[in-house]
Amino acid sequence: MLVMKGIVKQFPGVRALDGVDLDVRAGEVHCLLGQNGAGKSTLIKVLAGAHQPDEGTIVFNGAEVRPSSPIDAIRLGFATIYQELDLVDGLSVAENIFLGHEHARFGFVNRPAARRAAREVLERLGHGEIRPSAEVGRLSPAAKQVVSMARALSHDAHLIIMDEPSAALAHDEVANLFRIIRELTAQGVAVVYISHRLEEIREIGDRVTVLKDGRTVAVGLSARDTPTTQIVSLMTGRNVEYVFPAKAGRSPGDEVLTVEGLSSPGVFSDVSFSVRAGEIVGLAGLVGSGRSEILEAVYGARPATGRVLLDGRPVGRTVVDTVRHGMGLAPEERKAQALLLDQSVTANITLGGLTGFARFGWLDRKREREEARRLAEMLDIRPPDPERPIRTLSGGNQQKAVLARWLLGGRKLLLLDEPTRGVDVGARAELYAVIRDLAEQGIGVLLVSSEVPEVLGLADRVLVVREGTVIHEGDAAGLDEHGVLDMIMNGRAA
Amino acid sequence: MSEPTKAQAPSAAGGGGPSRGGIPGLGALGGLGEMRHLGLLGALALLVVVGMVTRPDNFATASNLVSILSLAATIGVITVGATFVIIGGGIDLSVGAVMALASVWATTVATQSYGPVIMAICAILVGTGAGLVSGLLIAYGRLVPFIATLAMLVAARGLAQRMSDRKTQLIDADNAALVDLSTTRVLGIPLLVYIFALVVVLGWVVLNRTTFGRRTYAVGGNPEAARLAGIDVRRHTMLLYALSGMCCGIAAILIMARTTTGSSTHGDLYELDAIAAVIIGGTLLTGGRGTIMGSILGLLIFTLITNLFILNGLNTSDQLIAKGLIIVAAVLLQRRNLKERAP
Ligand SMILES: Nc1ncnc2c1ncn2[C@@H]1O[C@H](COP(=O)(O)OP(=O)(O)OP(=O)(O)O)[C@@H](O)[C@H]1O
Ligand SMILES: [Mg+2]
Repeated sequence: MLVMKGIVKQFPGVRALDGVDLDVRAGEVHCLLGQNGAGKSTLIKVLAGAHQPDEGTIVFNGAEVRPSSPIDAIRLGFATIYQELDLVDGLSVAENIFLGHEHARFGFVNRPAARRAAREVLERLGHGEIRPSAEVGRLSPAAKQVVSMARALSHDAHLIIMDEPSAALAHDEVANLFRIIRELTAQGVAVVYISHRLEEIREIGDRVTVLKDGRTVAVGLSARDTPTTQIVSLMTGRNVEYVFPAKAGRSPGDEVLTVEGLSSPGVFSDVSFSVRAGEIVGLAGLVGSGRSEILEAVYGARPATGRVLLDGRPVGRTVVDTVRHGMGLAPEERKAQALLLDQSVTANITLGGLTGFARFGWLDRKREREEARRLAEMLDIRPPDPERPIRTLSGGNQQKAVLARWLLGGRKLLLLDEPTRGVDVGARAELYAVIRDLAEQGIGVLLVSSEVPEVLGLADRVLVVREGTVIHEGDAAGLDEHGVLDMIMNGRAA
Repeated sequence: MSEPTKAQAPSAAGGGGPSRGGIPGLGALGGLGEMRHLGLLGALALLVVVGMVTRPDNFATASNLVSILSLAATIGVITVGATFVIIGGGIDLSVGAVMALASVWATTVATQSYGPVIMAICAILVGTGAGLVSGLLIAYGRLVPFIATLAMLVAARGLAQRMSDRKTQLIDADNAALVDLSTTRVLGIPLLVYIFALVVVLGWVVLNRTTFGRRTYAVGGNPEAARLAGIDVRRHTMLLYALSGMCCGIAAILIMARTTTGSSTHGDLYELDAIAAVIIGGTLLTGGRGTIMGSILGLLIFTLITNLFILNGLNTSDQLIAKGLIIVAAVLLQRRNLKERAP
């Protein structure tokens, strides 16, 4: 149905696509795999009309096409869910969903009709609870992801492209997404699916195309039967073991963080726990269960009642205070909450520790650059040039820069919200090692992740959060994925 | 002959944006290496050529160039402050009025009795104080910058009128030292132009080499990210307006020197010229991006146009139309630039 051949896309200084081939059949789920920066997002942006290819042809249903703009692509029947959310915060859910193809007559938007239609799509996605009239800026990241999916579904598309749609979704939501994908493909719609989670590919995918450094290295592999080792070595060119580092060797030290009776009305209530030096504590729970909000409250970024002690002493309730006392938060939504897109990788990395590079306000730019380069190397940020504007990096590499910000040193407690969101399999193992290493140096880590195996594999202790209360606390070693999922979903304590 | 104009600008503000050094090979030229600045320099050169062709007799004269620079100096100092505020995601409409207020306050009989140094300090304090008030309202009172500084514009003009009784206040002969700033020349250039250059250099240094500057970009580019990175966004916002006010105070000293007066009518519509210069210079009105260098080039372009219109005896209305067209053209260019960068 869709055949792309020899696609080349050149950015200043980077050949992002260097002759990529892709063929997608009607009614299939075609998975696109590749390391961070391999060119996946760039390729689908070519399809979506957001980038013009320098070379290559696109044939759709037998005719050559050249989507020259996003609108053009939508007319051709290509709908796209981008990796970075592209919603208008000030508009309502319904307005966002039908942005560009409003239910309008003579230029007047028919709002009741739009709301009805929006509700239909949202219900189809299993999210009837999102009000079509709600302002998008006030929604959680996960809900935003649903809205952006609803937007793609609202077009009568023949081809739906999803760039890491599951990155912001919790377990049950992913199941929901898969149900919709199956419905779509049953109607003959083709889906191009990008994800760094191989389990998902196995479950939903039909065929796989692997990209490496802007080239296609394998086409049409079977998504179900190709061995993981083969896929991974195609992606990375080496053998990566997808393993978690060994748990804390020695027993953890004193309490770095003590949280007592932390409450925020309607979001979470009476949360108490502690994190000790050298310990990684994981928060497991559904999106919307209050995990991220607890993190933000500890960090002073969200008003809450209760006590937060760092090293046994109370800290002020503003971010300025908590950062000064040694906390650091890598937030959930990198683009909205963490990145300065116009600035260089260096400026983004050093933002949280600027005073450390300055004397009387005067920046030591050489030391700043060196430190940024060291961290970029440590986390393998690509391309390895910290002076590039961060907007030109791929999603996974931007994520690594967000983490790097708090690895500068001087931190006692790290709050990591979905730290591996969008990071590829190989780099993920490296990140785990880095996080464990920090803990070994005596830093306390509080981790939120939607991926239960990640929480279990990385954390020493696990708190299960459900509907704003901690329903279970225990050693990670005593838990298995099934048990945790059961608690998360049904509230049954193990 | 384009030497004096050109030499002034780069030496005053050579250097790059905080991080987008532009083309590496042109690193030595710093900010000039950026494409946008090349465009602005081109426009400037074009205007110089137009000047030399239309008025070969008196455009390229030393006295004309000095008058261009003296004219640019006052608004130039204000533009430096405005660049900070706009990169920081705000806007300051009160600059002209605050400058007027500072000039009036510094030339009251009471202030004049303390001598020129105190007069200058008074102007700077009044400007900084007014900026601080706007900053407090915006940062802690959560007023929209547009509204808060609009209110400050009206109030500062009113206060200036009240203090001066709507009369122009002359600088006493005892305080002529202040006026010397515009009459004393070093290498043929009046002192006030050096003050302008100094402010530009200091502004560039602060914006590009200090934590304050870096935070300004962060606060304007993504306030939420800045907050979560531990930056005191409110305090920083307040300081930006105080800085802008301080620049207005310095500008007041320059205008007092040039006109030998303090008056509530000084600086009428300066806010528009300053903001226009900043925009033409490529600074985003939405914040987070921009350079001092660009603003100064934008300002020189504006001043040069005014000069050309006057030299050629053209109508001031046409001059306003020309300026309007230039703003639109610059913004269109900026949009195209943005599009190219968009993912
Ligand atoms: N606008 C741009 N300007 C310059 N380089 C770019 C731009 N966009 C992407 N690149 C570069 O192109 C390459 C491919 O990026 P792309 O975003 O397609 O990667 P990806 O496969 O989607 O990675 P990820 O899994 O991290 O999302 C990267 O090296 C990236 O730095
Ligand atoms: Mg991508």
